[in-house]
Amino acid sequence: MDINWQFIISTLPLYQKAAWITIKLGFWGTLLSLIIGLVCSIILYFRIKILKELVGIYVELSRNTPLLIQLFFLYFGLTKIGITMSETTCAIIGLAFLGGSYMSEAFRSGIEAVSKTQIESGLSIGLSQMQLIRYVILPQAFAVTMPSLAANCIFLFKETSIVGAIAIAELMHVTQDVIGMYYQTFESLFMLVVAYLIIILPLSFLLTWLERKVRYAEFGN
Amino acid sequence: MQNLGINVLFEGTTLQRLFEGLMMTAGIAFISIIIGSFLGIGMGLLRTSKSGIVQFICRFYLEVFRIIPILVWLFIVYFGVTNALDIHLDGEIVAVIVFSLWGAAEMGDIVRGALESLPKHQIESGKAIGLSFWGLYRYVLIPQAVRRMLPGAINLSTRMVKTTSLVVMIGVIDVIKVGQQIIERSVIKVPTASFWVYGLIFILYFIICYPLSKLSKKLEAKWEN
Repeated sequence: MDINWQFIISTLPLYQKAAWITIKLGFWGTLLSLIIGLVCSIILYFRIKILKELVGIYVELSRNTPLLIQLFFLYFGLTKIGITMSETTCAIIGLAFLGGSYMSEAFRSGIEAVSKTQIESGLSIGLSQMQLIRYVILPQAFAVTMPSLAANCIFLFKETSIVGAIAIAELMHVTQDVIGMYYQTFESLFMLVVAYLIIILPLSFLLTWLERKVRYAEFGN
Repeated sequence: MQNLGINVLFEGTTLQRLFEGLMMTAGIAFISIIIGSFLGIGMGLLRTSKSGIVQFICRFYLEVFRIIPILVWLFIVYFGVTNALDIHLDGEIVAVIVFSLWGAAEMGDIVRGALESLPKHQIESGKAIGLSFWGLYRYVLIPQAVRRMLPGAINLSTRMVKTTSLVVMIGVIDVIKVGQQIIERSVIKVPTASFWVYGLIFILYFIICYPLSKLSKKLEAKWEN
């Protein structure tokens, strides 16, 4: 099979632009997911009435439905009842909606792993609930939960491949276009895979490194 | 009476067609889960082997599926492989191939985790009473490992069911495609059709996946003690 390098070079700027969009979406999606997940897990920890039930429903709904249909509902469905959002907003909200529940589960298991003596010691030296969360529970929970947070982060970056379905010019969408226009299937797919490797491999290494760093904070090691 | 948008769901054969689409999705998921599980068990056994090369290859295989999104794999097989080999594959076949291979990789990891989590003395006692390699696996390791891997395996199944929603992107007439057809047909008469149809599909997926993930959580809690 001959690879048309000329073609690859000529479409390079196109892919570069698309890769940035993928990175941007992945970044904002992950960041918002982390915030949602943290808030949800704190709500679950304090067992705040009503809100706790809402978080439970949200987590089950978001974990048990595919992102594609969540996006279609947000983008094509909600606009019919008067809620219209741009594609990018929609994509980021969709990613955050999906990721939030995964992050929340990760944080929750981390918080559960903090031993009871830690919490009781904290309370007995007179920390308030907020201080307890801030200085005792979260730093330890974070260390335990880091591997699953990292896995979720990579998962969300990969899920950005789906938002192309609502007309965002990210890698997947651009590849589809290029295949349709120029018929250089092999080269387009090659570029696509390389682009994902360039984005996800360094991210994966970075997260593994971070994981090791954070583990120093783990209690009892 | 005012025309409510939700009526679009109950007109003519709409529900029946959506159901047929759902069966296509579920069928692809089901076949892939079965094939993936069988391949995955083999994969898991291979991964406990002591040979470095075998381990490296299996690990590489798993990472390849973990790093590259599944949608990209669907595209690679649907557009790339068919092009390279100059053959035609239906979207359904491509979906089953990709999901089975992916399932094998992930299931292999679950099986490996379960086998490695078994206490070492189980293997040693088995050997000490003179069981053969197959006897050891058949009577000692596999029955215990199955219990440990079941929650993970069910979780993987829900993930696979959810991921089958992507087959619409390679031209399979699944539940989403049928939904789009219904919306396009009735969009002039019922402008809110997309809200109701996508809402219904959202709920349909939830109805399939929710019991599975509940079951997996329950088994996990039960066997933790």
